[in-house]
Amino acid sequence: MTDVTETTRTSVFLERQTYRRRRLVDAARLVPVLGLLLWLVPLLWPSEGDSRPAMSTAILYLFGVWIFLVVIKFLIARPLRSDPSDAQDGQE
Amino acid sequence: MIALNALVAICLSYVAFLFAVAFVAERAARRGQVGWLRSPLVYTLSLSIYCTAWTFYGAVGYAARSGLEYITIYLGPSLVMLGWWWLVRKMVRIGRTQRLTSIADLISSRFGKSNLLAIGVTILAVIGTTPYIALQLQSVTLSFDVFAQASGEAEQLPSAIWVAIGLALFTVVFGTRNLDVNERHHGVVMAIAVEAVVKLFALMAVGLFVVWGIGGGLGATLEKIDDSEIGAWQVEGGRWAGLMLLSAAAFLCLPRMFQVMVVENDDEAHLRTASWAFPTYLICMSLFVVPIAVVGLDLMPAGSNPDLFVLTIPLSQGREGLAILSFLGGFSSATSMVIVAAIALSTMVSNHIVMPIWLRFTNSGAVVSGDVRNVVLLARRLSIVGVVMLGYLYYRLSGGGNALAAIGLVSFTGVAQVLPVVLGGLFWRGATRIGAFAGLTLGFSVWLFTLFLPSVGTGVVISTTVMEQGFFGWSWLRPQALFGIEGLDPLMHTLFWSLALNTIAFFGFSLVSFPTPLERLQGAQFVNIFQHSSSVRSWSPGVAQSEDLMVMAQRILGAGEAQALFSRAARKQGVSGNLPEPTPGFLELLERELSGSVGAATAHAMIGQIVGGMSVSVQDLMAVADESAQLMEYSARLKEQSDELSRTARKLREANQKLTRISVQKDAFLSQISHELRTPMTSVRAFSEILRDSGQLTEAEQTKYASIIHDEAIRLTRLLDDLLDLSVLENGQVSLNLRHDMLRDLLDRAAAAALADDDGSALRLRRDRALEDIPIYTDPDRLTQVFINLISNSKKYCEAETPELHIRVGQRGDLLSLDFVDNGFGISPEAQDVIFEKFARVSDQKAGGAGLGLAICRQIMARLGGEITYLKGEGGAAFRIDLPTNITVAAQ
Repeated sequence: MTDVTETTRTSVFLERQTYRRRRLVDAARLVPVLGLLLWLVPLLWPSEGDSRPAMSTAILYLFGVWIFLVVIKFLIARPLRSDPSDAQDGQE
Repeated sequence: MIALNALVAICLSYVAFLFAVAFVAERAARRGQVGWLRSPLVYTLSLSIYCTAWTFYGAVGYAARSGLEYITIYLGPSLVMLGWWWLVRKMVRIGRTQRLTSIADLISSRFGKSNLLAIGVTILAVIGTTPYIALQLQSVTLSFDVFAQASGEAEQLPSAIWVAIGLALFTVVFGTRNLDVNERHHGVVMAIAVEAVVKLFALMAVGLFVVWGIGGGLGATLEKIDDSEIGAWQVEGGRWAGLMLLSAAAFLCLPRMFQVMVVENDDEAHLRTASWAFPTYLICMSLFVVPIAVVGLDLMPAGSNPDLFVLTIPLSQGREGLAILSFLGGFSSATSMVIVAAIALSTMVSNHIVMPIWLRFTNSGAVVSGDVRNVVLLARRLSIVGVVMLGYLYYRLSGGGNALAAIGLVSFTGVAQVLPVVLGGLFWRGATRIGAFAGLTLGFSVWLFTLFLPSVGTGVVISTTVMEQGFFGWSWLRPQALFGIEGLDPLMHTLFWSLALNTIAFFGFSLVSFPTPLERLQGAQFVNIFQHSSSVRSWSPGVAQSEDLMVMAQRILGAGEAQALFSRAARKQGVSGNLPEPTPGFLELLERELSGSVGAATAHAMIGQIVGGMSVSVQDLMAVADESAQLMEYSARLKEQSDELSRTARKLREANQKLTRISVQKDAFLSQISHELRTPMTSVRAFSEILRDSGQLTEAEQTKYASIIHDEAIRLTRLLDDLLDLSVLENGQVSLNLRHDMLRDLLDRAAAAALADDDGSALRLRRDRALEDIPIYTDPDRLTQVFINLISNSKKYCEAETPELHIRVGQRGDLLSLDFVDNGFGISPEAQDVIFEKFARVSDQKAGGAGLGLAICRQIMARLGGEITYLKGEGGAAFRIDLPTNITVAAQ
């Protein structure tokens, strides 16, 4: 699933700045995948017996991941703000 | 304790406040001051419509009952928004490009503007949302109940029906004040944003109070959590992953989420902000859920409803202000959800069910007298009331005793049935209408049978017998153990079976069915939305009447709006006055504007009626293409025929020319033949007259004259014989007498015959007899005739001192070539062309024959499958004869 508006438009080799932006977009796309992986980690925790983690640990872990993802997303979203590939070509 | 009346008054003034907010926002939007209305912040806050009373009250109850599982309901949507680039961006782009008004519109548009599919999705959405609305009613009723209990006014408790009526009224007034061209409700969105702030603030306030006011700080609260009965990780893996999937699906498919996320979206760039801001909002909303639940479990008496801890904890601590704030937060959550859900559903119902039916029954289409707007508005208002009342019905039937979260999950699973079709439609061009219909129907049926109807309460719709023994007594059709697989959690059971069967049916039927042209076109548009964000179809120009369009547009958009739109378009076209030319571009624009009010399919139909059915649908185009293909084929056939005709004409012309030529030849032939016949006849007559008239002729003279007459008669006979021979040959009436013979023998015979009357003038023949030893299957007599002719010609015309005829024999396979070359002066080039014609004589000096010999030779050779040609550049006269050694082989 590649963004066709980008890949069809330009040449193979890009300026450093454009290249950076592309990788930022890649990172932005991968954030949910990372989030899903991290949030599925609790499936590995034991849910029986004494060794199961305490509620506070679980809360701290889940919310920690959540905040981590949001911060990453925030950091990525800022430099992408002026991305021309998001031009409103769908608008009348 | 606060009196119930005061509480109602607070509610009413809060509602009045929301009205004011909405009013101000609408007015600002009308004035064009939309800058702050369209900020990413407002958009993000409007997305928080996801957090309803379920979140506000239910999450705490959920946590108190099942620990951390509640959080999955918020993790799913967080993932969706974090991954907006994958899916939400595409949905929003499509929604904006295609002017979609609802999730049903999305699916209907994708699958060829199928109204049937839209109706199906609408029904599914209405039924799926019903438990959700019941949940809001239940929560508001419960929260009133809490205050009533506390103030001892339980008997005056406003029943749920009043809450339902109030909410319906509220929504009608709020959501259908006007019919917005873009189906955007700036006022409503703004009010929702305010409500989002209120509920967040209320929940955070309660949370902060619980952690620092009661729990004694963060560390102490965490310790308390670990010590409580939900203090350890106790989530079941299947439910953990399943609920995350379910909530993500519901986030995408819930009608109200589609409304705020796609329909009300002003700017795609807002998604970028919302991608981190909305998860942040969710974090804040769910941060204090566990502490509140734990403290509630600790403080409140056993058996109290954990769904209401958010209210009851502040009340039990004597914090009435906080409790009222909390109540307002819950009230906000419930009202905002009901408003948006009812608006979204009523849009779907009026656009996809009421309007098509109304248009069909009034049968006059768009050019009906009266205001269509009124019909649309009325349909929406009635739908809103209907939807809310359905929620109330569900609430009554289910008894109002269920946990809020359980009701919500029933609803989620219902609307999640749309997910496979949406995803398939957005990413797979092969998805078809039939596939979508099959998938939705199957998934919806499974959900209805295994989760929705049982959730109303055992024995209400589905009897206990069916629950335990299966439908019709078939044990594999037990609602909670399909196919005999027991022991599953009912929710996961439904989620698994409904989505699995739904997806399988969707893909299966898509694979075997064939989409209509419009479906394929829309499919390409949807799947490749980022390549071409353009409109789909075009209208043929020149036929539509601008005035009719104006009249219709005024009825739907309102007079001012329509006039503004038309004059804007007219200005753009450079046309004076207020009526633009009905160009395809304008018609498309108009259709999109109308579709905002009445839905894509209806708008398309209405414009189609005015344009006089001249809308160029893809089917029409295909038909035209078919027709022109037929025309092309027809004209190709015509061309072929005319080619054939001209070929025939050319042939006829050629034949005519040939006939003329032949006629000329015939005339020439006749004059020649008369000439040829006359010459001997003249001498015969002359000499016979002499013999008759003069008696004094000597014996010798008599003999001489008589022999002249005899000679001439012989010459005449020969001439006639030759003519007859030629005629027979030319007519093809000659029958060949085919035999095996040796070439040498033929040449011997010819030489003997031709040189028989040799007067010693000595034509010497040069032959290589060894080479002539060739067996031949032909007509030997005819061939010999040719040889004789050639040899005697040579004898007659060769002017060399010692005339010599060289006969060369060559053989190539079955082909034999004989060259007759003499050592004379040959034939002049101009004569070479005509020597084979009749009566062609090379010279008159030795007029020995009639000039038919070579003509006959040529005819004979043609009959024998060979040919005779004059050989140039051999010095003397040279003829070549080519003929097959076996005439039958050559004929094959």
